[in-house]
Amino acid sequence: MSGPQAVELLYASPGFFRDAFRVARKDLLIEFRTRSAFLAAAVFAVLSTAIFRFTWEPGRVSPLDIAPGVLWVIFAFSGILGLHRSFGVELADRALDALMASPMSREAVFVGKALANLAFLVCVQALALPAVGLFFNLPAGQFWWGIAGVSVLASIGLVAVGTLFAAITSNTRLAELLLPMLALPFFIPVVIPAAQVTSLLMNGRPFSETVDWIKLLAAFDIVFVAASTVAFPFTLEE
Amino acid sequence: MRVSLARLPVQLDADEAPDRGAALVAVGLVRRFGGRKAVDKVSLELAAGECMALFGPNGAGKTTLLRMLGGQLKPSFGTVHLHGHQLPGEAATRHLVGLISHHTMLYSPLTALENVVFAAECHGLRNARERSMDALALLKVFDRADTPVRLLSRGLQQRVSIARALVHSPRLVLLDEPYTGLDDTGARALTRALEQLLAVGATLVLVTHHLGEGLALATRASIMMNGSIVRTDLTPAGGFDSAAYAALYRSLTSQEAE
Repeated sequence: MSGPQAVELLYASPGFFRDAFRVARKDLLIEFRTRSAFLAAAVFAVLSTAIFRFTWEPGRVSPLDIAPGVLWVIFAFSGILGLHRSFGVELADRALDALMASPMSREAVFVGKALANLAFLVCVQALALPAVGLFFNLPAGQFWWGIAGVSVLASIGLVAVGTLFAAITSNTRLAELLLPMLALPFFIPVVIPAAQVTSLLMNGRPFSETVDWIKLLAAFDIVFVAASTVAFPFTLEE
Repeated sequence: MRVSLARLPVQLDADEAPDRGAALVAVGLVRRFGGRKAVDKVSLELAAGECMALFGPNGAGKTTLLRMLGGQLKPSFGTVHLHGHQLPGEAATRHLVGLISHHTMLYSPLTALENVVFAAECHGLRNARERSMDALALLKVFDRADTPVRLLSRGLQQRVSIARALVHSPRLVLLDEPYTGLDDTGARALTRALEQLLAVGATLVLVTHHLGEGLALATRASIMMNGSIVRTDLTPAGGFDSAAYAALYRSLTSQEAE
């Protein structure tokens, strides 16, 4: 048997971030067309805000004490809904097989999916923040911009680790159960500093008091993004 | 049942493939799932422009073998080389492979054109939109380019899926029951597209239960059972005698069943 004849490989990658943006654009276009996950997350965010409002006793607990916790519970759980969708669209008719067979790097696929999930979560947050503000009668003020900023910062860590676990659980029979069971414990290091910063900002504390928490949040973001990007290719190997 | 072997081509041993400059070389492929061997020591060598039709009963290991040949599944043992490059391998090697299956691998909320353009972009094609429209035209589904895939019939979805797989002009096309759901027009369009690919030197591996469709394109036909290729025949001058081959296939598989 003769040795194989090598041919020149003519493929030239368009670039890591270009590939990632293509995946993100495709995922967001699918979500825009179906709106299934966003509607579910939006309804969940508003309903759970309403339920928290009705169980809250205004005379005993200040709204400024309860609102940060409510916000981050809503962000964490509504994020899970988006993460489910992320790989559900790939498995519906085995589109993931074609994506994995393409020359696009696995890491670019991961970053693209995480970017789409980040956009999804930020949209849910844009709806949930005013909903919590209205239901809990929180004062208007500049601090909301700070809370919006820390929400985006925390979301980076949430979607990084969440996208990884969505990939791991996507091929399992109990994906809906396993994803929150695996992902939520890893959300804790992100949610705790984010909720602390939110609380400090809502209570009118100076920005300098939040810096340590923000540094911790940024550190977890970096660790989760790096670790999840490196681990992702192995989750799809059979 | 007696089979007229005179009407059949000469059988090849697995390692007696003709040396015409191998495009696809698989050596000693084994794939275990737990304790079960789905594919057991399969070796094959295909030249550019060859089409291997692979037949076999359900559970014979055809799809597992196909997935290893395409680099989607790592063999437990053995190697696959495509044009001198190992699979699964670097990104550029994956660019040489096209997959067609009974799963359409499409995103149903996207239009036919959006699906094919996305596939073309995944393969780094610069003129992705033009190439996608050409591919849709080749499969005679161009007039549905802007229709969401979920609104297309199963047959039209399959044609879009084939356009998706062929848009980057792969050098190796792996086909797993590609005729599923296709009507006569779609089947003819697929056969014509595959003939064109063969003419420009692509290598095809076609897994199907329909002997006639497989034999029409095949330059060699193999039968797989229990994870091994038990028989390989080169296409004789004038093509395969489908009826005789079908009788041979039935006799082999019924012996196995007994």
